[in-house]
Amino acid sequence: MATDRMNIVQFWPSVDGPVIEVDDLSFRYRSMSETGRAWTLDHLSFHVDAGEILGIVGPNGSGKSSLLKVLSGFLPAGEGDVRLGGLSIGKRSRFDVARLVAVVPQEYAQVFPFTVAETVLMGRFPHRTARWWSMGIGDETANDLACAHQSMIDTDVLPLAGRLISDLSGGERQRVMIARALAQEPKILLLDEPTAFLDINHQIDICSLVARLREERRLTVVLVSHDLNVASQYCDRVLMLKEGALCRLGTPDETIRPDVLWMVYGCDVVVDAHPQTGRPRVTMPIGAGRM
Amino acid sequence: MDLASSWTHTGAVLTFHRWVTVIGALLLTSVGVFALCLQFGATSVGLGTVARAIMHLVRGGEAETTSLETSEMIMIQIRLPRVLLGFLVGSSLAAVGVTLQALLRNPLADPYVLGVSSGSAVGVSMAMLIGIGSAFMLLPVLPLFGFAGGLLALLLIYRLAQSQGRLPIHSLLLAGVILNAILTAFIMFITSIMEPNRSAGLMAWLMGSLTAPGYPALSVFVLYALLVLAMLMHKAQSLNMLTLGEETAQSLGVETEGIKKQLFALTALLTGAIVSVSGMIGFVGMVVPHAVRLLIGSDHRLLLPASALVGGMFLAVADTIARTIMAPAEIPVGIVTALTGGPFFLYLLLWRKDRMV
Repeated sequence: MATDRMNIVQFWPSVDGPVIEVDDLSFRYRSMSETGRAWTLDHLSFHVDAGEILGIVGPNGSGKSSLLKVLSGFLPAGEGDVRLGGLSIGKRSRFDVARLVAVVPQEYAQVFPFTVAETVLMGRFPHRTARWWSMGIGDETANDLACAHQSMIDTDVLPLAGRLISDLSGGERQRVMIARALAQEPKILLLDEPTAFLDINHQIDICSLVARLREERRLTVVLVSHDLNVASQYCDRVLMLKEGALCRLGTPDETIRPDVLWMVYGCDVVVDAHPQTGRPRVTMPIGAGRM
Repeated sequence: MDLASSWTHTGAVLTFHRWVTVIGALLLTSVGVFALCLQFGATSVGLGTVARAIMHLVRGGEAETTSLETSEMIMIQIRLPRVLLGFLVGSSLAAVGVTLQALLRNPLADPYVLGVSSGSAVGVSMAMLIGIGSAFMLLPVLPLFGFAGGLLALLLIYRLAQSQGRLPIHSLLLAGVILNAILTAFIMFITSIMEPNRSAGLMAWLMGSLTAPGYPALSVFVLYALLVLAMLMHKAQSLNMLTLGEETAQSLGVETEGIKKQLFALTALLTGAIVSVSGMIGFVGMVVPHAVRLLIGSDHRLLLPASALVGGMFLAVADTIARTIMAPAEIPVGIVTALTGGPFFLYLLLWRKDRMV
């Protein structure tokens, strides 16, 4: 265990500097390079600081999910470089990345029913101390169990521990996915559309949970959302993508503006100040809003 | 441990204790079932004779076979290898079924879905067509032909499915299913040009038959199957991750491409061997995993060995029924597995639905 910790510390030199550095990143899918089509991600450069919540927004097909997949290491960076904690993601092993980055997928496609506790404990996989003769039985240490326990407390799913995932509601399931991600003890949390398919109550639930976890665990969060209000209210900075290129990056006040949104989405929207936070709030206009 | 004990001991997760309990109970039951299956046959043999025959065998009583009674001879020469083969084939089928259902993320997968089995079947059919099979030499010729056919099919499917070093699951499934269809047509063609009595023999073999080869060949198969089963068991935790989807599995630190290739190779190698020695015994590989999963949950570290044991017992019992119910004639064991396993599975499904509501 001690050596594992040492490894992470060694590969994680600066805690207060940028956690994610994206340097002139370009990416396209293999089938596209054959037909000579444009880049899916087009020469992106930005960085994310420790403890920051960065929102990625943009129209359908602008490359949001692809960017998230490159950040998680699922897709290889085509050109340019992505560095996590100062070290290029391509130079890190899959195992190493899994200890730094946890992903909460958009939907939980499940073939066979696992219980909530089983699902959360799977988050301990990158930290397991495998013994070849044990075949994985009883590999969970007391520390693994304690960590999964705390993750379930933090996300309020402990009472559901013995239930099957397939029997849960969408909001409960999303919280379980976050609990599994937390059990990985990551430095970086990547969320893909965390509030899609959720009613307003659960949207608030998940968003405030993410905000709270950032405080408690000093997590760096990158979230992709279609919901501009989620991005505005909960993110420190917002990154706007259009056709794979970085269109605007800045605080919600700098990015969630009618002129910027016109440029990115090509439609008129009403933007006013949120009565509680003062941050920009986006609503649909009445009547002919589009050209 | 204290703070976590509220959920670790309620069956929410697999504990070492639960694993030992379930597997221990199944092992004990297996021994009992094994002994029972040895007793029944065209002639019934008492438990005492079973024990004596096994003692003879254990002491290496090969030289004193002349001093054995007829019933002990039957036991050693025919029934013991057959029950052993049945048990191991059932175990392998169930284990391969569990693995493929997780690898392909498809509850309908069974050991025969990927076409390797048809490759083996073509190998055996060819051997029968050119008449090699009828001449029994010391070597188990039919299984060797079958295994070679299975290996060829494995390589072909892999070539077809892989692209740029990756093995996409949907390509694997498609290539397997299509090759399966083509090879099945080929087998049909072979049966149609065979002499009638030989084609009847081939059809019976295709439906699945447990005729044990001699002890040397049998022990090779036993060692081979046990080795592959152990290697599959070693991948159980990765199987759990794979059922969550490749992207999630990767984000949890699993080298999915490598694991997928290993699992495909292991299951294909085992399937080829099973089909070579026993034909295509249906139903065990698909239904046993589902039935066991309904009862003990989805964690493959327990599901895989438990399914293997249950599959072994199931096929050993089914084969005992197949060779006793119309004795001295035998019915194909595949009919018994389908007729007993199907309704039992439906019962389990309904029983579980009742409890859920």
